[in-house]
This record gives sequence, C-alpha cells and structure tokens, in this order.
Amino acid sequence: MESIVRFFGSKKGILCVGLFIGVFAALLQKWGNPPNMGICVACFERDIAGALGLHRADVVQYIRPEIIGFVLGSLISALIFREFKPRVGSAPIVRFMLGFFAMVGALVFLGCPWRALLRLSGGDGNAILGLVGLVAGVALGVYFLKSGYNLGRNQKTYRFVGWIMPLIMIGLLILLVAEPKLSSGAIFFSEKGPGAMHAPLIISLIIGLVIGILAQRSRFCTMGAIRDVILIKDFHLMTGVFGLLIGAFVMNIILGQFHAGFVGQPVAHNNHIWNFGGMLLAGLAFALAGGCPGRQLFLSGEGDGDSALFVIGMIAGAAFAHNFVAASSPKGVGLWGPGAVIVGLIFCIVIGFSMREKI
Amino acid sequence: MKGEIKMAEKVDARGLSCPQPVINAHKKMREMESGTFEVLVDTTTSRDNVTRMATREGWNVEVRDEGEDILLVLRK
Repeated sequence: MESIVRFFGSKKGILCVGLFIGVFAALLQKWGNPPNMGICVACFERDIAGALGLHRADVVQYIRPEIIGFVLGSLISALIFREFKPRVGSAPIVRFMLGFFAMVGALVFLGCPWRALLRLSGGDGNAILGLVGLVAGVALGVYFLKSGYNLGRNQKTYRFVGWIMPLIMIGLLILLVAEPKLSSGAIFFSEKGPGAMHAPLIISLIIGLVIGILAQRSRFCTMGAIRDVILIKDFHLMTGVFGLLIGAFVMNIILGQFHAGFVGQPVAHNNHIWNFGGMLLAGLAFALAGGCPGRQLFLSGEGDGDSALFVIGMIAGAAFAHNFVAASSPKGVGLWGPGAVIVGLIFCIVIGFSMREKI
Repeated sequence: MKGEIKMAEKVDARGLSCPQPVINAHKKMREMESGTFEVLVDTTTSRDNVTRMATREGWNVEVRDEGEDILLVLRK
C-alpha cells in the first residue's frame, strides 16, 4: 500500500497516469468515440446535459460512461486509501458560476484541456490557439492568486453528503443501461453526429473507472500543471500532461488517426480568435476554481461538494450554451458565443478582484 | 522579547483548497527565510503539495498525524 502511494506521488507515477490516459483516449476513439474526442470532460458532460433533455441539440446527446467512471473510480480509490472526506461550503454559488462559464468557454473552443491536448496529438493545429488561450487564462488566474484571491475555507460535513455526487452518477448509469422509454421523452440519445459515436458501454465504463482511480491517486490536473509552472516553477503535474500528449500522439500514429492541418478537422472550427478566447475564459475559470474539469470530477468522488457543484455548473452551462446558440459547431462560432465569452470574462475578472484577502 | 522560547508559528491551511495551502506556506517561508514553523492541513493532497514545494525550496519537512488533521513541521 505504502509503495503504491509513493509511486503515484512520484514524477514517474504521474507520467504513467498521463500516458495511460493518452493511450486509452486514442483507443476509445478507435473503439467508437468521436474523432479527436476519445475523452473530453466538457463535451461528455455536455452530452449528458443533452441526454437529460436540458438542451435539444440532437447531435450531442448521450450519457457518457467515462464521466460516471471518473467519479466512481475516484470514490473507490478514496475509500481504499482513506481519503474520502466529505466537505462543503467554500463559496458554492461562485463555484457553480465558474463551472457554468468554464463550460461556455470550452464549448466556444470545442473541448476541455484534455481534448485540446488530444486534438493536438491528432494533428489539429487549431488546438494550439486553444492551448495558448488556456495558458493565458491560467496565467491571469495566477495573477489573482498572487494578489490574495481566495474562495475561502470549506467545512467537514456529514458522510452522506460526500455520497451525493457518486449516487447521481449511479443514477445516470441506471438511466444509461435501462434507457427508459417514457412518454415525456425523458432520455435522448443522438442518432447521428458525435453523440451517436461511442465505444461499447462496458469498455468506456471500465476505462473511466481505472482513470478515476489513477487520477485520484496521482492528483492529475491539466490546469494545475500550467498553474504550478507559472506560480512556483513546479513541473510535477506538467509531467503528467506531457505523458497524455505523448501517449495519445504515439497511439494516434500507430492507429492512423494523425492528420495534420487546420481545415476540416473533426468537431472543430478554425476561428483563431475565438479558439483562443474560449479557452482564455475556460482557463481563467478553472484557475479560479482550483482545478480542470477532470480534476473537479475526481475531487467530487472524494467527497468534495464544492467540486460537485462546479460540475453541475458545467452541465447547466452546457445546456445554456446550446439553447442560446453560444456553443460552436464545426461550421463555426455560435451567434452568441463571443458575447457569452465576454460576459464570462467580466464575471471571472470581477470575482478575481472582489474575492481578495489583503496580503 | 529576545531569548524567550517562542511557540513555532503556525499556518492554518485547513479547509483551503488547492493551491491555497501551498501559497500560504510559501509566503511564510519568504517572510522567515529560515527557522521553524508549522503548517496544519486536512487533506493528503495538501500535505503532499506543501511537502513537495518546501523540500524543493530546501526546507526539511516532518509530518505528524493529529487526529483528522496533519501537522507539517518545516525547518531550515
């Protein structure tokens, strides 16, 4: 047990976790997930929002087992290693709104940081603009952190509270398996488009569970990787990000999934300004909330109710982004995408300035 | 007063989420430059992050379990 803890706490450990995620993301694509979207936390939560009927974009609706696996895998790991600590109460409404706008930004770019890396590893040059935006957003977040920004302390809470998010995931799994045919049309699954493309349920679920366990142990976080390099010149988490990129790149080459270029890339657009702008907003929101979308899922599995609220904020943001034509599509940026990004940036900057302790 | 034995200064980072414990501990290190101080955390993630940063900055870290919390004693 002790040696497992030490291994995943090491650079070698987090590198292996990154490699695992990269390799299996590319394989998930091979086994049926959408192109350059073996795993995308933002896109997959958006698909879940659609499956529940919260938005009606009929090409992006599916209950993604990977997301369920991430939370339940993290829960299993946290229980085994005695790290399940139910906690709540650190600026909940702020975290919800940060999740909301993080999703808006991610859907203008068309991907979370994981997918930005996967898009790059598949040859999509537009991902570079997104990644530059992400770094700029995190750097802005670091500026606020250095000037005393702080969401405040959480509090220990009742054990059951920590189980709420895992139970929601079990509920989603039941809906996915049972696919209830209700007269109100409760569950929507895409018949065409990215939402209709998915690897077999059991494979996606198992890979999600394993990633949940590995990421809980290693604290894998893409936003944290960038933040730690800028804030304290610590490359520990960045080692994992390199692992993801290299693992996916090598696997994409092997599987013939690498196609370099800017035009005609799958589930992507080439509006450089808003690829940058979308991820600028997402990066800032992740930095202010203390974790990338994947990390927020893993924390919610450990019993962190504030991270769970960030996730629910993301799902609400996805519904809003599609219902209000703010989400992009391969045809380009949505009509209200730029406006929504600007509103989100203003919100995040106001939060950054107003939630500061004097230092 | 000079010469008086003082209690080690303590940074209470319980309930703070990542990266706040690291920032608070780092700030204390800059203020003190050397000596002994304690950081109280309540998650293993905070324990690991503070320990990694402090070790890199040349501080010695002793970890003590204090019930549900973890006390880190930093010395340089």
